[in-house]
Amino acid sequence: MIDRRLVTNFDWTLIGLVSAICLMGILNVYSASAAYKMGGAPYYIKQLNWMAFGLLLSLVVASVDYHILEDFSYWFYGFLILLLVAVLLVGKRSLGATRWLNLGFFTIQPSELMKIVIVVTFARFFNNFHTVGGLTVKDMLFPLGLLAIPALLIMKQPDLGTATLVVLIAASMAFYVGFRWSTIVTFALVTVPFFWFTWAVYMKPYQKNRVLDFINPERSRLGSGYHIIQSKIAVGSGGFWGKGYVKGTQAQLRFLPEQHTDFAFSVFAEEWGFFGTLILLVLYLCLVLWGLNIARRCNDRFGGLLAVGVTAMLFWHTAINIGMVIGLFPVVGVPLPFFSYGGTSMITSMVGVGILQSISMRRFMF
Amino acid sequence: MIKGQRYVREVAQPRQRTIPLAIVVTVLFFLLLLRLWYLQIIKVDDYRAMSENNRLRFLPVAASRGALMDRNGTVMVNNRPSFSLSIIPQEVKDVEGMLDTLASLLKLDRAELQERWEKSKGRARYYPVVIAININRDQVEIVEENKLRLPGIEVSVKPVREYAFQNSAAHLLGYIGEVSDKELDLPAYGDYNPGDYIGKNGIEKAWEHELHGSDGGRQLEVDSRGRVLRVLSESSPTVGNSLVLTVDSRLQRTAEQAFGAQAGAAVVMNVTNGEVLAFVSSPTFDPSLFAGRIPADVWKGYLEDKRHPLENKALSGQYPPGSTFKMLTALAGLEAGVVNENTSVYCDGAYEMGGSKFRCWSRSGHGSVNLRKSLKESCDVYYYQLGEKLGVDRIAAMAERFMLGKELGIGLQNEKRGLIPTSAWKLKRFGKKWFPGETLPVAIGQGYVLMTPIQLASMVATVANEGTIYRPHLVKKVVDPDGKTIKEFSPEVLGTTGISPASFKKVKQGLFAVVNDPGGTGANARLWDVKVAGKTGTSQVVKLGEDRKKAVAYQYKDHGLFVAFAPFDKPEIAVAVVVEHGGGGGAVAAPIAGKILRSYFDLQKPPAPKPKPAEESQDDAQAEAPAGKQDHQVQQGAASD
Repeated sequence: MIDRRLVTNFDWTLIGLVSAICLMGILNVYSASAAYKMGGAPYYIKQLNWMAFGLLLSLVVASVDYHILEDFSYWFYGFLILLLVAVLLVGKRSLGATRWLNLGFFTIQPSELMKIVIVVTFARFFNNFHTVGGLTVKDMLFPLGLLAIPALLIMKQPDLGTATLVVLIAASMAFYVGFRWSTIVTFALVTVPFFWFTWAVYMKPYQKNRVLDFINPERSRLGSGYHIIQSKIAVGSGGFWGKGYVKGTQAQLRFLPEQHTDFAFSVFAEEWGFFGTLILLVLYLCLVLWGLNIARRCNDRFGGLLAVGVTAMLFWHTAINIGMVIGLFPVVGVPLPFFSYGGTSMITSMVGVGILQSISMRRFMF
Repeated sequence: MIKGQRYVREVAQPRQRTIPLAIVVTVLFFLLLLRLWYLQIIKVDDYRAMSENNRLRFLPVAASRGALMDRNGTVMVNNRPSFSLSIIPQEVKDVEGMLDTLASLLKLDRAELQERWEKSKGRARYYPVVIAININRDQVEIVEENKLRLPGIEVSVKPVREYAFQNSAAHLLGYIGEVSDKELDLPAYGDYNPGDYIGKNGIEKAWEHELHGSDGGRQLEVDSRGRVLRVLSESSPTVGNSLVLTVDSRLQRTAEQAFGAQAGAAVVMNVTNGEVLAFVSSPTFDPSLFAGRIPADVWKGYLEDKRHPLENKALSGQYPPGSTFKMLTALAGLEAGVVNENTSVYCDGAYEMGGSKFRCWSRSGHGSVNLRKSLKESCDVYYYQLGEKLGVDRIAAMAERFMLGKELGIGLQNEKRGLIPTSAWKLKRFGKKWFPGETLPVAIGQGYVLMTPIQLASMVATVANEGTIYRPHLVKKVVDPDGKTIKEFSPEVLGTTGISPASFKKVKQGLFAVVNDPGGTGANARLWDVKVAGKTGTSQVVKLGEDRKKAVAYQYKDHGLFVAFAPFDKPEIAVAVVVEHGGGGGAVAAPIAGKILRSYFDLQKPPAPKPKPAEESQDDAQAEAPAGKQDHQVQQGAASD
């Protein structure tokens, strides 16, 4: 039943890169959580379990022909929209936002799944949509609608970080398909006044404050501003060679908030220095470029679109997380794929890797 | 499985488009790397220094809470500064020793310092922990003088609540207190920090997010000795919005004084828009105590007082409405055509049904009774018979038209629903059928029937305006710190009863007789210059058989009730008064209602003739716009009437 070529074409580069980042992540989680005394399994053991489970899951996903996704894409999409609406109606509230849906025996976060589903949906749409000379504004109306519904629902939760990611992923895919210049200019002309209008007319002073805090975290007094300053001190004080493993004073003294999740990178940067961050960044860059390579090698349009989408997801997560930790981007709760502690992020990323693997393995089929 | 033709799909252009994507990605990664280079190579010395020798410190600056004003703009609750002492954990090596030092230096209670310190465990080490509040200026000076001996100790100024009328309206206004760890976990308090004060009750709680404002703070870089090197960032606090309430603080105090030492509740409502003019729960308590540490004896006193001063009786007190309910039974009878104003019933002091004897409150009986007389003298037998003819469900249907048996949504926590029994309700609640004999007590507002004082006021207001049910509300508008109105609340109609004006007229005539006709039970609420209509009620707390008239323990005495509206011809306000365990409604509740009405109408009048002409014009405007401080004088005359 299983084609022998599937095995010979197994993408070891992909798995190798992912595993390398994961292992560095687990070492780092160990260090970052060393300052915590806690009952139950230590974080790094849990993270190891997530990694093992994630790899297994990616193999399962890889063993399935990704073309099945095309058949089900709109169903997934519709189902996810229903889940997102359900979250707003009956979701579990935690930390000021409603993101989780309690299904009795476990809870899920539909906005997380939406990242994958938007990739599949856009792949399906653009697969059947052929343009000459790039997408026009009119071509974009339907996909924009497809994107707006989940993006607005996620923003309502509110989860600005995930909403932004969903938009960026979709935009990357559209960019891959190609825009006409006129389309880009039109979007720019429409968006700028739109934001200006919302800002000037629609928003209340406290909302403006939130947005300003978001754009410039050091402005906000207690929350993100404190995090950013501490994180920058951690990263900066690492220097070229770093302070040494489990020796980061910032992290070990517990100055860093959420140091094993969203700020895992700053612990790493403090302990391994520029040298370490360079290696890690190169690994991520290789992973992303390899993802694009998979897209390039793929002989069918759907697979290519899918690969670009998944790669965009991994890329934007990485870029936004690191950019945030070093004070380039606003603070949003975006984890670093395979590196931050946490099951949800690991699962989503590994499903993505599974899809990439599936595409890579089947390149001979065309 | 998968259709073959898909595999032959033209792949076309985008394949080579991975190249620009790869370029974009590489450039972005390069930018990240550049930034890392900047932080880790170029700026390394700065950050090393910060990380090794220096600490960041955060100094919160508390926001000022918005004020609460009455309808005339008289401030009821405002702020005054209060000093508190904080400790910044990461800067104090030996916290226990420091607490000892502070205790002896400032003569503070060591155990209390300890307790507050313990409570902070597990919080971020940079965040100041408040270990003493309300310290005086002398203590502040001592701290400042010994600054060098006390590294990591900060004095901060926090606004605390000041109550212009002390205990007045405490249940309505509520109080503030330190946010608890549990509350901090709630999404509603996501932006709050440990040590913040939040509304814990009443208006303070319900309008927390308007009133609170947002805290500011300064991020400081300090050296290892706690000396400030520079300010990294700063934000100033924003003052919370203020609320203009619908209550009139003068009327509120008159009503409270009228209760004296008696327990109970009173609600005064504008009949034409649902604005609550007074919201009394007696006895009251001192809200300022809740912001700090309540002295043990005071707290014990509150808990042991049989009159339950901490309970908000106007909102959460559920009482059998007693005879005040008869106006609904009468309306049900009229609307169903079971009685008209001429129907007459003979009362010989009791009514027999199904082998049981139901007594009228008057042993000797009322003789021949028609509708007007039944209300005026509150004849029970008349309503027993009417109730029997109607059945419980038709009475309940009438009560439901008045939206009784559910919350009216006044906008405070813990509003109770009361209870309007139906046969279906009993079956569901007890699994038993309704007995016709149970309808008779319901017809006179006893049995299972329960109403809150707000509902009583709403009921009589709805009768007064002949059928419009307004949502009772407490807040007129929200104003920002500059006094500009942000939100204004207009009356909200919850529904209409759909009862014919003719039926209302007949019942209102009866209510007029209660107060004004000779022999009426509500004579104590009569005013010489304004026509008042009302209804008395006396509700049994327990049945004590024949000799219940004898001296019984406080908690078994009857509740006295009185509901009223005035002026009769063009109703403006509705009043509901419940005196817990006070005895007959005509004797205890009607006089209180009378004093409230007196005060209300006196406040409407221009002031006594003596003042200068300038003042006259000012007070003419009073009904519309906020008046000045002169109002206090007007009120004095009213209260002594």
